[in-house]
Amino acid sequence: MLSVIVFSALAVIALASGIAVFRVDSMARATYALAVSFVAVGVMLLMFDLDYIGVITILMMVMEMAIMAIYMIMFMGMNPALMPMSMVHNKRWSAILAVGTFLLLAGGALLIPWAARTGSPAADLTASLGEAIMGSKMLVMLTVSPILFATIVAALVLANPRGRYDRWGDELNRPTPDDPQQGGLGR
Amino acid sequence: MNDIVEVNPGWALLAPVVLGLLALAGAALNGILVARAEGRSFRSGAVIPVLETARLMRQRRRTTVAADVLLWRIGCAGLVVTAVLKTAVIPVGPWVLADIPVGVVWFNTMDVFVWALVWLIGWGANSAHALVGGYRFLAQAVSYELPLMFALVTPAVAAHSLRVSDVVAAQQELWFIVWMPIAFVVFCLSVVAFSNWGPFATSASADIAGGILTEVSGVDRLLILAGRYALLTTGAAFAVALFFGGGAGPLLPGWLWTLVKTLLLLAAFVTLRHRLPAVRPERLAEVAWIIVLPAVLLQTLVVSIVVAVRG
Repeated sequence: MLSVIVFSALAVIALASGIAVFRVDSMARATYALAVSFVAVGVMLLMFDLDYIGVITILMMVMEMAIMAIYMIMFMGMNPALMPMSMVHNKRWSAILAVGTFLLLAGGALLIPWAARTGSPAADLTASLGEAIMGSKMLVMLTVSPILFATIVAALVLANPRGRYDRWGDELNRPTPDDPQQGGLGR
Repeated sequence: MNDIVEVNPGWALLAPVVLGLLALAGAALNGILVARAEGRSFRSGAVIPVLETARLMRQRRRTTVAADVLLWRIGCAGLVVTAVLKTAVIPVGPWVLADIPVGVVWFNTMDVFVWALVWLIGWGANSAHALVGGYRFLAQAVSYELPLMFALVTPAVAAHSLRVSDVVAAQQELWFIVWMPIAFVVFCLSVVAFSNWGPFATSASADIAGGILTEVSGVDRLLILAGRYALLTTGAAFAVALFFGGGAGPLLPGWLWTLVKTLLLLAAFVTLRHRLPAVRPERLAEVAWIIVLPAVLLQTLVVSIVVAVRG
């Protein structure tokens, strides 16, 4: 009974702060309303005894929102992030997409004939979840991860406006790198 | 040494009291060091935190134009709360409040909350200097967080477990400080960094008129200052569990050993402030990513190989 009450309260918090993301007029409030929503979801995962996934969800999401605050300043040139602003745009299509997605997911959740549980839950749920997701697809994962990593590195190299040849010269033999901001190692 | 057992949740009421007393001891030591440096008496320094608490409790709040009061208050109050939440997984001698299977990750999650909270303190006041302070902290956090994570992972790898009691139990033969010195040093410096203390306190430094502390006054300021000491204290206590064998030691009971070791480490952290110059976040970034991160990764690798060879 108590767990039902706690779960419902968390669900309400998650939903309400999720709605708040689009109702507030400040980037800071929207960002951290989203963080609250994710933290509530993380605590719900903890209630399913998924300790690691629950705690790591909270960790990742709070960190992500803090990083978002950095990007807010870095990439929004005229800094509307620091001024009151509307959190919604393209209202009609957003509403249509949101309602459609909700109906699809909620309909799926209600209409699918869910299987009844056979057997008992595993002792270590995180490990068995990992096995279930990764076990038969380990070869694919092993192949995909170096490709993904190479893609990230390549994207960074392409996007980086100042590489090592800009910093250390064409022969990479400048005694000190030519940086707009001095500091760090060897200057 | 006895195994660590979970105690009745009622003891959770005692945890903030013990944390508060230890943090007060840290603040008193800082007061003493300041007083000695200025040639004042030992006692006048030791009472500074008590007098400062009384002063701030009576001070009226300063208000600023168009402040984001909700987020500001959350940021100011949050540091103490995260420190108290950390105590849930920190063993004191043979006792711990919540021996959860992912205690190490729990500690890490709580110190990630500090990212958000310090930025919110900077944001809330609607003051340029405070906001610069908040962003300085985030810039610093990007540098210290990954080394901190690998420093936390290393003892967990050696103990085959993220449960703090298992990490303590794995040190019965040899304390982890002996064969993971790099992880220990990185962990300690990261504690000092996320507590916004000493060389890593540039987000609240005088060159930006006090940074995140520019506009906070009264009880808000008290909570932030207390929160910094509380974070330092929980960091020291967690280092005792991860690297100094928890409550292990001769003669004295385990809980007393934990407190003694915690106080010694806390004293070292507090003293650092008076020994090292400030580290600018943009300089820290390159050092942290090019030297510290590979060093601590190497430490984790060595420990992993030792663990794999010994089976």
